[in-house]
Amino acid sequence: MSKVKDYIYRPEIECLSRSEFENLQSERLRKTVELVYNNCKPYRAKMDACKLKPSDIRSVADLQKLPFTVKHDLREAYPFGFYSAPARDIVEVHASSGTTGKLTVVGYTQNDVDVWAEVAARSLAMAGVTKDSLVHVAYGYGLFTGGLGAHYGAQQIGASTVPASAGNTIRQLTLLRDFGATHLCCTPSYAIFLGTEIEKAGMNIEDFSLIGGAFGAEPWTYQMRDELERLLHIDALDIYGLSEISGPGVAMECMQKHGSHVQEDHFIPEIIDPDTLEPLPYGSEGELVFTTITKTGQPLIRYRTRDLCTLTAGKCACGRTTVKMSKVKGRSDDMLIIRGVNVFPSQIEAAIMNVAGVSPHYMIYVDRINNLDVIEIDIELAGNLTPDRVSDIESIKKKVETEINSYIGLSAKIKLCESGSIRRSEGKAVRVVDRRE
Amino acid sequence: MLVKQLSVFMENRPGRLYKLTHALGKEGIDFVTLSIADTKDFGIVRFIARDNERAYEILKNEGFTVGITELIGVEVDDKPNALAEVIALIEAANINIEYLYSFVLTNHNSAKILMRVEDTDRALKILTEKGIKLLSEKIL
Ligand SMILES: [Zn+2]
Repeated sequence: MSKVKDYIYRPEIECLSRSEFENLQSERLRKTVELVYNNCKPYRAKMDACKLKPSDIRSVADLQKLPFTVKHDLREAYPFGFYSAPARDIVEVHASSGTTGKLTVVGYTQNDVDVWAEVAARSLAMAGVTKDSLVHVAYGYGLFTGGLGAHYGAQQIGASTVPASAGNTIRQLTLLRDFGATHLCCTPSYAIFLGTEIEKAGMNIEDFSLIGGAFGAEPWTYQMRDELERLLHIDALDIYGLSEISGPGVAMECMQKHGSHVQEDHFIPEIIDPDTLEPLPYGSEGELVFTTITKTGQPLIRYRTRDLCTLTAGKCACGRTTVKMSKVKGRSDDMLIIRGVNVFPSQIEAAIMNVAGVSPHYMIYVDRINNLDVIEIDIELAGNLTPDRVSDIESIKKKVETEINSYIGLSAKIKLCESGSIRRSEGKAVRVVDRRE
Repeated sequence: MLVKQLSVFMENRPGRLYKLTHALGKEGIDFVTLSIADTKDFGIVRFIARDNERAYEILKNEGFTVGITELIGVEVDDKPNALAEVIALIEAANINIEYLYSFVLTNHNSAKILMRVEDTDRALKILTEKGIKLLSEKIL
């Protein structure tokens, strides 16, 4: 039985009709385009190159005329070249590192921090956070937006906020139990890790007061949700954000647990075909693109997230009317092309979670041997397994092989590992090592 | 009439067996038996310790993938063909022996055999009927 009493934090916005949303978005889009054209050199150059003037953008229907923004654009302007506000108006700077090494910097004005707190508060309300709640934030605090985003949202609601940050498992568990945290915010893989450590730490989940949580910063599967809910006795909801647009809170799953509501009065979502860049209708899978329409520090126009998902419109059973995004299937950045087949780590994870006897801790290695792509997946055995018969272990291995093959259509070499042998991450989990030249 | 044994999953990497034996050794836990089944990719270390419960706890805490299994233990005279006679009894009943290993305790003129079979209850019944001496935890 769910103990979460969710509610709509800002019903006057979250339940607007489609035409009301479109009017609000059109007005805010016009202002944003004007702002970036007049204050951000890269945007003026991009629009000039398309012979676009701010006056050409009159409503959301004109959004498609605007050029895309990609992460590379932000890196080119490192560090502050994408600001649309004077540097003195920036009150907070976040940055995310990529695989290429250079940081992507995002400056927030006070207005932007307020927007962020607002959307994060709406999100936490979906998990039932109220003034009476105690929210334990185990995301990393720092340049990464996870920690502060959840923090701002919880504070805006007026909940007690515990900025535990990441790391030190025993201390996390002790704080969670002794302070009587009602909600936990962290990455889903770290939450599962905490859940599996409770027993080892000699603690009992019955002594905890947790009822819900918002988990994000990495794609996760429905099976992981089941595992997390079982381990921590909570409702586990998916929170979405990306530092370039705003930290966690850009979208959040309601208690229907079927898609995340996008805060459309601040961020306009689109789905495009990542190859042709053509906009796709609701219901089609493609790359998620966001335009911020209330930010002032570093607004972004048609920013390509690289995340693959679908959007659906229509009133949700929870009462909200905002567009919903499906769970992110994978980041097109994370997508591996193996022997010509598109493979997402999340598919491999879903396959692994279907097999009893293994844990959700795994690492994917991709190599090229004699011009052939080879995947090896290291997976930890479940901690509660009795490893006595060789045939039992071999049959677990077979099952994993069969499941993975049915999910991705390729065979992978499976190596079963001792429990605890795969490095745990306290932030965003690194699960793929591509060693191909 | 069953004997408890611990089994530990182990990757085929150097140093793993040392880590296991050292973890127990430094806590003063003695091995009574030890046997290793290995495949190309992994091994399973099976053993009985003087204090199985404590050994289990120590290994759990150290993060080993460890479990407890119950085996049939029999005592046979330390002479040729004694083992074959016991095996013949089990196999004649069409019970599959999953694995078996033997060990000798000092001060005893007998060999001891531990085995895991498919149908433990039936195997026990047959061995008892034929007067084979079964081992209990205490003898170890
Ligand atoms: Zn909903």
